[in-house]
Amino acid sequence: MSTFSASESGLGTSRRPLSLRAAARRSDEGRLARRVAAGLAAGATWAAFGASCLWWDDLGDWSRTQALAIGAFVVAAAVVIAAAAWPPGRGGDQITRRLPWLTLLGAVLAVWELATAKFGWAPLPFFPPPQAILEVYTDDMPKLAASVLASVKLQLGGYAIGAAAGFLTGVAIGCSRAVGYWVHPVLRFIGPLPATAWLPIAFFVFPSSLSASTFLIALATGFPVTVLTWSGVASVSPAYHDVARTLGASRWFLITRVAIPGALPHVFVGLFMGLGASFAVLVVAEMIGVKAGLGWYLQWAQGWAAYANMYAALIVMSLLCSGAITLLFKTRDRLLVWQKGVVRW
Amino acid sequence: MVAAAAALAPRVVGGAALEVDRVSHAFDIDGQLLPVLNNVSFTVAPGEFVALLGPSGCGKSTLLRLVAGLEPPRAGSLSEDGVPITRPYPSRVVVFQDPTLFPWRTVWQNVALGLQAQGILKRERARVDAALDLVGLAKFRNAYPHQLSGGMAQRVALARALVNDPRILVLDEPLGKLDSLTRIAMQTEILSLWQRSGFTSLLVTHDVEEAVFLATRIIVFSDRPATIKAEIEVDRPYPRHRGDPALAELRHRILGLLGADATW
Ligand SMILES: Nc1ncnc2c1ncn2[C@@H]1O[C@H](COP(=O)(O)OP(=O)(O)OP(=O)(O)O)[C@@H](O)[C@H]1O
Ligand SMILES: [Mg+2]
Repeated sequence: MSTFSASESGLGTSRRPLSLRAAARRSDEGRLARRVAAGLAAGATWAAFGASCLWWDDLGDWSRTQALAIGAFVVAAAVVIAAAAWPPGRGGDQITRRLPWLTLLGAVLAVWELATAKFGWAPLPFFPPPQAILEVYTDDMPKLAASVLASVKLQLGGYAIGAAAGFLTGVAIGCSRAVGYWVHPVLRFIGPLPATAWLPIAFFVFPSSLSASTFLIALATGFPVTVLTWSGVASVSPAYHDVARTLGASRWFLITRVAIPGALPHVFVGLFMGLGASFAVLVVAEMIGVKAGLGWYLQWAQGWAAYANMYAALIVMSLLCSGAITLLFKTRDRLLVWQKGVVRW
Repeated sequence: MVAAAAALAPRVVGGAALEVDRVSHAFDIDGQLLPVLNNVSFTVAPGEFVALLGPSGCGKSTLLRLVAGLEPPRAGSLSEDGVPITRPYPSRVVVFQDPTLFPWRTVWQNVALGLQAQGILKRERARVDAALDLVGLAKFRNAYPHQLSGGMAQRVALARALVNDPRILVLDEPLGKLDSLTRIAMQTEILSLWQRSGFTSLLVTHDVEEAVFLATRIIVFSDRPATIKAEIEVDRPYPRHRGDPALAELRHRILGLLGADATW
């Protein structure tokens, strides 16, 4: 029995009164009606996109115009069906939230189709029509997939090494005066240098262009991760250390259970910045060094004036980078549930 | 509640003696030396409950930091049972003025901190539950600190200290943020815990009535740099009654020492 139970038993949920539930049902119906209307609008722009592919003849010789049109009609139908038939709830709200964007996307694609393939308003080799890009995905898949694989492997290796090294260095500087004394000047001198400036030396010093590129990506990742981990450790209030020390904490406990958890929000900012920096290095390293991966694919496409391939590779690259950042933010949200008001990616 | 208190302190560890011997301390603020404690000496017998009173900013929290072993004094020495205090040790547990709960730990994990740091959490998990029961927060064991009210946070901080079986419990205005009803309940709770397990208590408070109700002895400090202005035995048996005229008389005297008798 507790003296405080009376004041703090309010955690349970109570049933909603009937009138409230009726009101909730009415608002559910209103929401469904609005969702169906928005779905029809999105379906209309995608259908218009499909129709724009078929109505006029292509200016050039592209083999995937019909497939593209069919795809557009399929999207249009799927959007309308999903908007009308999805049960209300979280999934339904998600659909509602995306419909305006889908509408705009259909409209932009239709205009793009007309401006390139049908009327040639945009100068042709530089602005390929959607079906040309689709053609790259269907016909040049093996090369593109190999490039994606090479990029992901290089990026993952370099980023993991850089993040781990940066994290450990940052914690070491933050927790040990001696390490700080020796490492800080080195960090100040070398850190701000763009990693790409090392490119010529790296490719000369390292045994293979792959290891050189891995080193450069690790370097680009490591600097922001180090600095932010360090500042994170430094930002942990000494009061937490005092509390832990009076409770018998060892030095190891203070590092692993006080300094590191307290620094994690900063560490994730560093990981985020490192990710951005490493993408830039990745592309340059692939263009100049390893001759594989999406960066190299881009350059190869430019050499052949294959602009459709370039756009196709760019789209894939942007999906990959965005996916990597999403993954990072999801990890952070899981680890930092205790923080309030974190930014959603 | 009584059962919870019994589960928390199954063995009487007993209190330790505390000796503060001619302690002076000062802080360096931009090259300027700010004297905070001036030649403070007192002893606390094992199992005694001593309250420290003094004007704000006179150096009470600083003295408690020295007792905890978080800082060495500039002059003088402190000892626990005759052993000089040179570093923090979990036999002397501090409840700080701010709750300083670890925001990345749940309430339960915060209370478990000391046992985990000492490597005995696996054996002693039940003690954490008992401590949470004691402060009435068992329902909030999985909440994070930002989901607690100020008073609840302070109760968690109290539970985090009590779970360690301290021989000297150092309390820095631990009830300062509580509403008056909870405050009274917690005072009774601290008192019964103290009587049951016999630890030595050192309590800093601004509330003269609280000091008079709880302590066996009250030490009144002067303005900064703090020196001891008076030591007052509270020679009344427990359980005490808040309306006791002898306590009221004592309270009046202490307020006078603190220079607030005109408002009484
Ligand atoms: N780490 C520090 N560095 C510099 N000055 C400090 C430090 N800690 C405390 N002081 C100073 O020492 C003096 C005493 O502080 P302390 O916290 O001990 O006061 P207190 O008696 O606990 O006051 P309160 O009752 O308001 O909590 C204050 O003037 C404060 O400015
Ligand atoms: Mg204080």
